[in-house]
Amino acid sequence: MFVYFVKRSFVALLVAITVSIVSFLLLHLSGDLAQSLAGPSASAADVAQVRKAYGLDRPMAIQYLDWAGRAIHGDFGESFFLKQPVFPIIAQRLPVTMTLGVSALLIALLVSIPLGIVAALRPNSWIDRLALTISVFGQALPSFWFGLLLMMLFGVTLRWLPVSGTGGWQYYVMPAITLSYYSIPAFMRLTRAGMMEVLASDYIRTARAKGLRTMTVLFKHALRNAIIPLVAVAAVQLGFALGGSIVIEAVFSLHGVGYLGWESISRADFPVVQAIVLILACFYIVLTLLADLLNAFLDPRIRVR
Amino acid sequence: MTVETYVDLANVLPSSAGSVFRRRVLGHTTFLVGAGILVVIVGVALLAPLLAPHDPYAQDLSQRLVPPLWDDGGSWTHPLGTDQLGRDYLSRLIYGSRISLLVGFSIMILSGIIGTSLGVIAGYFGGRIDLVINFIVTTRLAMPVILVALTVAALAGSSLRNVILVLGLLLWDRFAVVTRSATLQIRALDYVAAAQAVGCSTWRIVVSEILPNVLNVIIIIATIEMANGILLAAALSFLGLGVPPPLPAWGAMIADGKQYMFFSPWVITIPGVALFMLVLGINLLGDGIRDLTAPENRS
Repeated sequence: MFVYFVKRSFVALLVAITVSIVSFLLLHLSGDLAQSLAGPSASAADVAQVRKAYGLDRPMAIQYLDWAGRAIHGDFGESFFLKQPVFPIIAQRLPVTMTLGVSALLIALLVSIPLGIVAALRPNSWIDRLALTISVFGQALPSFWFGLLLMMLFGVTLRWLPVSGTGGWQYYVMPAITLSYYSIPAFMRLTRAGMMEVLASDYIRTARAKGLRTMTVLFKHALRNAIIPLVAVAAVQLGFALGGSIVIEAVFSLHGVGYLGWESISRADFPVVQAIVLILACFYIVLTLLADLLNAFLDPRIRVR
Repeated sequence: MTVETYVDLANVLPSSAGSVFRRRVLGHTTFLVGAGILVVIVGVALLAPLLAPHDPYAQDLSQRLVPPLWDDGGSWTHPLGTDQLGRDYLSRLIYGSRISLLVGFSIMILSGIIGTSLGVIAGYFGGRIDLVINFIVTTRLAMPVILVALTVAALAGSSLRNVILVLGLLLWDRFAVVTRSATLQIRALDYVAAAQAVGCSTWRIVVSEILPNVLNVIIIIATIEMANGILLAAALSFLGLGVPPPLPAWGAMIADGKQYMFFSPWVITIPGVALFMLVLGINLLGDGIRDLTAPENRS
């Protein structure tokens, strides 16, 4: 287990470094940073001055090493726009995105596990078909549009929830629902498949033969084993959700990290963008690492591969 | 009352494999509905100049935000109303289908070529090559797609070409993962060993033994990625860095309509329904193809 842990962590570190290099190169190669910074009406001399002032005239490798060396210590440079260190700006927004991501995950699990169980108990019944139909339709809904529809229904017509903005828990309800529905089909299918497999196994038959109550068999024996794979997938989904929250935060003007990223892109504040890409990537990497370790812990066959 | 005096040959003779397949296709509701939706949208896209009642770019500021037919004040002049610049909504919707289809199809082809190549190479050669490709896939998965795509679009300029390029270069991961495992399975089969024994070149084995047999999964992933590409491109448009104005992209129509939606909700519901129908059609078609071609994959 320890060897597996060390190996897997090493790969995760390598992935993080590669992501940082790729995102750095992407930023520097897909356009002229100095030009974006100076603005469209700047003269060539202005652009040259900006280039020199921000050290953008140095070789790419030097710029990267300089940036990466500081980033390791949590120093992501200074925001072009806000003229403040980048890290505290992002750290201040992180709780909003985390709250959004975690509540979306919880909603998705609360909806999909019961649906998955019922679908597994009665395969091909109307409820199984309904669940399948909902997931097919759900996957075709553009998330930002779904968010706007919720906004019109709950915010404008029913007036139950604030339309948009950042504040108390009420402000998170619609964004969390919007972010959650993408994960629901996957969770539901996993629960359904896991439950069906477990319910067909010998120990469940034994438990039933012993005369245990159906509920005890279902929840104490079957569910526990059936949702093991779900835990790992949920961790990965949370990583995706944090990365994908930018659209939902933009729809609902929820001032989290995604919204900050969007604002920063539109005002050419690239040190912030770069830091956000790296931080979101690291969240994803750590979450998948945890998921893999958990899987290996639960299933010893994975470790020896 | 009539009596059947002849025997229908089709009921007596054993059915050929082709006719069995044809009957399964024609009896498959999911596939038919998906294909039907797509045929309609592709038809609309191809015949756009004939179908559109107005020029999709022609502004008429005296006719701003005219409601659609079914609302008070709607008329046949603008069956789906007009947008905030007085452009005919139906015409923009019709021309927008071209953009969505073009974007989705190009992203699918680009990401399909990259992902399939990587997946087949990793699955066929295995060993270190497999490790390296696996690493590339993991790295790609760790990058937040929308943020990276937005950044590149902002720096390189948001044009139709750049949107296709950046999303095509980002969405190949599923192709790679799935073709890799399919290739691994096929590689272990006897006919590949036979081809090797006969002395076929690696290239020939990959092209004539492996690829035709993974085509199945490639097509299914292709539908998923086309749908995904259309949704992501629409999200980029919504965030203001997708297909640039005045092109009538459906995502951009929703973005433009956002500030008017409380008084004129149809400005966002109409393009949203179009987007939803297109993606639903592609998904249903993909599900149908999976069911029809690979019965063992049915859940």
